[in-house]
Amino acid sequence: MKPAPFEYAAPPTLDDALAILAEKDPDEIKILAGGQSLMPLLNMRLARPELLLDLTRIEALSVVRAVDGGLSIGALATKRQVEDSSLVRERNPLFFESTVMIGHPQIRNRGTVGGSMVQADPAAEYPAVAVALGADLVAHGAGGERVMAADDFFITYLTTALEPGEILTEVRIPDLRPGAGWSIQEVARRHGDFAIVGAVAILSLESGRCEDPRIVVFGASDRARRHPEAEALLAGQVPDATLFEAAGAAVAEALEDPTEDVHASGDYRRDLARVLSVRCLTEALGRARGEGS
Amino acid sequence: MKSTCQIRVSVNGEEHDAVVDPRLSLADFLRHDLGLTGTHLGCEHGVCGICNVLVDGLSVRSCLILAVQVDGHAVETVEGLAEGEKLHPIQEAFMDEHGLQCGFCTPGFMMSLKELLDHNPNPTDDEIKDVLGGSICRCTGYAGILRAVHAAVAKMGGGRPSHPD
Repeated sequence: MKPAPFEYAAPPTLDDALAILAEKDPDEIKILAGGQSLMPLLNMRLARPELLLDLTRIEALSVVRAVDGGLSIGALATKRQVEDSSLVRERNPLFFESTVMIGHPQIRNRGTVGGSMVQADPAAEYPAVAVALGADLVAHGAGGERVMAADDFFITYLTTALEPGEILTEVRIPDLRPGAGWSIQEVARRHGDFAIVGAVAILSLESGRCEDPRIVVFGASDRARRHPEAEALLAGQVPDATLFEAAGAAVAEALEDPTEDVHASGDYRRDLARVLSVRCLTEALGRARGEGS
Repeated sequence: MKSTCQIRVSVNGEEHDAVVDPRLSLADFLRHDLGLTGTHLGCEHGVCGICNVLVDGLSVRSCLILAVQVDGHAVETVEGLAEGEKLHPIQEAFMDEHGLQCGFCTPGFMMSLKELLDHNPNPTDDEIKDVLGGSICRCTGYAGILRAVHAAVAKMGGGRPSHPD
């Protein structure tokens, strides 16, 4: 199992990379970041580009830093970098926690934040967290910079709003509200596998009532999605187990055409979406009340 | 844009200059060009963890990284573990604790474990299992490998009486 022949370029700067993209037919180019998804496709010859454009020499794209109101994660930052970053751990424990759920250490050592976003696997953790937090994704192309909200960026299975000729350069992760509780949980056959279904919940308390509740389910359909109908049930209400059960039921009901595959039936996924939503809300509430971390 | 690339790579402390086809994986470079066949290949798409090697001290799937990408970097393979006839403590521990049967997956496990123990001399069971989960072994059932890691920790001067967490 070896890739078909390709030409190779590993430019040192983003401008050089954009120039190469501009002068070739973008359909003939594959952009390589950490390679943990693209290299298997090349090895299996499911992708046969004429040119492999390797971004991993562009050091400026792997910077993780604090910005006003959140974190700026360079698209080429590896999951290992995020995992080792005390800044991320302190500033956004949800983003940190989602990172250590991804794959295995050997995968996280190479795999990048931007690569996971662009791959847009419906069962991946990062797109779900990006949608839950309302992250912005920044791309550069011939026309300059373009900023897309996560909810607009992820379109469907393995498909994003990134245009041919554009490169994802940065992910801007907004801070959680002060005192917000959060949770990310998933069910997989083995730790490190892609989730069969996963959920993210974020919840704040204002005078004992739910403020700005967010529920995202991933792995159950074509992409990670928020569930506004369930969020509306929670908003302004005093949280308790009955309310969370109702929210979980609303999530399950709203799932249209859940994924059916060799791993699980649609009905099983619908039920997992309900159960995981309730579990995440319960854990998020505990954190919002200051119980545990 | 290039169809062949000149690279310089340090492998187990020895510098190598080579001209490679860009599509050549690091695994095939090590095995075919350098004759270092201790690195085994299983699935060739990043799932099995048999081909793990270290690049700049971090474990990676050598089937998912191109030889051209390690230009200017330092690679460590299973051949670099022993010093002459003296086995590395991880190798001794695998032998003592039945951490292998057929041995096909062993180099991948050992290199990942070297990264773990280099960075963390006293890993918890959860930390060890996180690393072991990145490779597949069909002989041992992993219990012998886990025992071997504990034995290696003790040999390397780390160790703790038990692993409550």
